[in-house]
Amino acid sequence: MDGEELTEQETALYDRQIRVWGVDAQRRLSKSHVLVSGLNGTAVEFCKNIILAGVGSLTLNDDRLVSDELLSANFLVDQNISSEKPLAELCCDSLKDFNPMVRVLVQKGDLSSFGVDFFEKFDAVVVSCCSLKAKKLINEKCRKSSKRVAFYAVDCRDSCGEIFVDLQDYIYSKKKVDEMEECRLQYPSFEEAIAVPWKSLPRRLSKLYFAMRVIEIFESQNGRNPGQTSAADLPVVLNLRKELCETQSLSESQVPDTLVERLLAGTREFPPVCAIIGGILGQEVIKAISGKGDPLKNFFYFDAMDGKGVIEDLSPENK
Amino acid sequence: MVTDEQLSAIKGAKVLMVGAGGIGCELLKTLALSGFQDIHIIDMDTIEVSNLNRQFLFRQSHVGQSKAKVARDAILKVRPNINITPYHANVKDPDFNVDFFKEFSVVLNGLDNLDARRHVNRLCLAAGVPLVESGTTGFLGQVTVHVKGKTECYECQPKPAPKTYPVCTITSTPSKFVHCIVWAKDLLFAKLFGDKNQENDLNVRSTDSSGSSEHVEDVFEWKKDEDIEAYGKRVYDHVFGYNIEVALSNEDSWKNRNKPRPIYIKDVALTEVTQQNGDPDKTSVSGDPLSVSAMTILGLKNPQDVWGLAENSKVFLEALKLFFLKRAKEIGNLSFDKDDQLAVEFVTAAANIRAASFGIPLHSLFEAKGIAGNIVHAVATTNAIIAGLIVIEAIKVLQNNEKNYRMTYCLEHPARKMLLMPVEPFEPNKSCYVCSETPLWLEINTKRSKLRDLVEKIVKAKLGMNLPLIMHGSALLYEVGDDLEEDMVANYTANLEKVLAELPSPVTGGTILTVEDLQQELTCNINIKHREEFDEEKEPDGMVLSGWTQPVVSKNGDMSKENGASTSNTSQAVSVEAEEDDDIEMLPAVGAPAGKKRKLSEDSNFAGSDLPSVVDDSEAIAMLDENGERKKKRVQ
Ligand SMILES: [Zn+2]
Repeated sequence: MDGEELTEQETALYDRQIRVWGVDAQRRLSKSHVLVSGLNGTAVEFCKNIILAGVGSLTLNDDRLVSDELLSANFLVDQNISSEKPLAELCCDSLKDFNPMVRVLVQKGDLSSFGVDFFEKFDAVVVSCCSLKAKKLINEKCRKSSKRVAFYAVDCRDSCGEIFVDLQDYIYSKKKVDEMEECRLQYPSFEEAIAVPWKSLPRRLSKLYFAMRVIEIFESQNGRNPGQTSAADLPVVLNLRKELCETQSLSESQVPDTLVERLLAGTREFPPVCAIIGGILGQEVIKAISGKGDPLKNFFYFDAMDGKGVIEDLSPENK
Repeated sequence: MVTDEQLSAIKGAKVLMVGAGGIGCELLKTLALSGFQDIHIIDMDTIEVSNLNRQFLFRQSHVGQSKAKVARDAILKVRPNINITPYHANVKDPDFNVDFFKEFSVVLNGLDNLDARRHVNRLCLAAGVPLVESGTTGFLGQVTVHVKGKTECYECQPKPAPKTYPVCTITSTPSKFVHCIVWAKDLLFAKLFGDKNQENDLNVRSTDSSGSSEHVEDVFEWKKDEDIEAYGKRVYDHVFGYNIEVALSNEDSWKNRNKPRPIYIKDVALTEVTQQNGDPDKTSVSGDPLSVSAMTILGLKNPQDVWGLAENSKVFLEALKLFFLKRAKEIGNLSFDKDDQLAVEFVTAAANIRAASFGIPLHSLFEAKGIAGNIVHAVATTNAIIAGLIVIEAIKVLQNNEKNYRMTYCLEHPARKMLLMPVEPFEPNKSCYVCSETPLWLEINTKRSKLRDLVEKIVKAKLGMNLPLIMHGSALLYEVGDDLEEDMVANYTANLEKVLAELPSPVTGGTILTVEDLQQELTCNINIKHREEFDEEKEPDGMVLSGWTQPVVSKNGDMSKENGASTSNTSQAVSVEAEEDDDIEMLPAVGAPAGKKRKLSEDSNFAGSDLPSVVDDSEAIAMLDENGERKKKRVQ
């Protein structure tokens, strides 16, 4: 394997996980750079996981000022703190201590205004509580980079979570009995994935997929920030659902009222779900960076109500 | 999201967490964020460097301190208004008795060994407190809910026994690297540095047994005026040369096997080892005896490297020398410890030299350490996910939301598209001796049946006890054990042949016998009912035990004997053990599904699809110990 050996310090610290994914993977991790935008509870869980795993650097982006609500599922900062510092800086101060071998940095500004050259610096870009428009835009910029930049979008509403993954053209190794086998996966972009006509999707697709899309469109049409919803929006959102289902020839029962209502009303994060989604996301980014193990393609759903964590493949060629 | 009822259940709950390790750190954080106000944590461990990659509440500066206390302080920094009570203690301490457990609304386990899990399970049952149990290894994990009378207890299903190897495989015919590790650790290391009075099978049996045993005593003794280097070489030649020659002389062993090659120190080109960057004056990084290192002296830096025979031989001799020169006081009392650098070096080198002799591929110190120390693979993400699932179940338990209790598996590869797979918990196993409350009744002819019949047909065959003790009131009728006085053994043997009613303390109708297996920590009472006649065809035992459910023998007739009756009529999800080659071994399902199968949670997504049990054909599941070392054996 190319590159320097792990130091004695790294070997001691990462002992238990090297036993899981091997030295080569650990070496790749330590040279990788990850960007996270939108530091809600799930993203913070992810940051913890990826710093413990030993990435080279983690860059945080979130200019919001702290509030009680914003910190409800954040274990890095005292919920009662009052500070003039933006959230990313407060999180950075705390995350730095988690692993002295990882550089933790802050990037100010609106990510969707940054050019391709900015995203090119990273191996993985994770956006959380991000608008539909920004998701598409950032995803496209990652795709235009000269090297592959893995893109992830994560959203948690009520006690449900969604992860979207775009690894573009992805080649990885997989252990088959005793030898390593090379595998290849083609991922669609977020825009391509959500453009797949609903009626051509598998019938047992998680209902969360549709509900998330409806609410995403609602937020974008009404100039809401992601997650800025309440139960009072239900009538308008149900109308939108009706319209969308008609155009897409999908039965409205695939997007149940109760589910939509839950997602609209449950704006306070549910910490167990943050831990679960942040954990799955962490594992996926580790897989993508290390090139080891089957990555999920291309959506993941968890709902604490039924307890299932389901992978859905929504690709244009997957009709 | 969280309803008002949920919130008030959370706020009013008093929670006991057992374990503040990998799962524990994640769990404490998620509990605190979720609004729990009164959390107690028991953990006897102190923080180690290898914990820091996942036990995120701990820092380098905390190494050596109590996990429970440091975890508490870390969480209070960000959530100062909750109550966290740490106990730096063993959960098996008598202070943590049934009354202590009764104070809690729910107990959450994040433990690393079977023994403590069983102990907590029994206390929870005795105290009537629900238990949420968990375990992880690598990317695999699971969460289960145990509520007395509602779901199975932790011990309703038999647990896989730790892996053991036949003695002769270890002493004479190793075929895998793990055999060499066991030899190096349990035999050679123990012989040289451990308790001299312990029995040890290090030497292969030769035809000339008396002669060789004489020889043996001399070899392992470091003679007063002997040069330490010469001593090391003498030990080397004996175990890797002479002993192999002795084994080779037993022609029969090698008819179907590759013959091993004796290795003598004179044949190994020790000069080949390049002494790069070696520092002979520097024997340890700090003054700590546990960091005395032969590798450091020899300039071997990377624990991932696989050393050749020459390097291993050098490490062997250097490590042996260092033990005698730097750690002489400990000799005679040492037992292998994975955190003892020199011990790991010695065992790695010895195992590799033996492997070379037997044509088995050599391994790095890193790999050897994992095998010798039974180190369980662990990552932060799985622990975080499992902790999230524990809290979700704990909230249901607090609300008595029985119909929604789930056991959840965290998988590495999706099964039916799922990475997180919930299944409905089982009902309690009626023949579980730990949680079953059904009294046992035995109809027997007390004037004809002998104590031997009762021991063989009931206590061993049905109750599945290995080392039973039988009492009538305070009178001991029968007992098995290594440490019994001779006259006691004679007494018990005589009792075996006696008819029940003629025992020194007569057993008749209305007698209550207490049967105990101290090894299994099981006690049951049997009510004796005298009966004259039995149907020879329907009741061939000549006795009938009731209040006990016959285990269903699986279709292939393969019923586990180890746990006797506790092999239940339930199909258990499979177990996984960390294997020697760092792979995860999937063990086959224990027992067989008989009628009841674990059902996937109801879901309209799957309505109409035929979903059988998830355990029959899909992913195997883990039940593992986070973070630490699986206990090699149960307490004897
Ligand atoms: Zn039980």
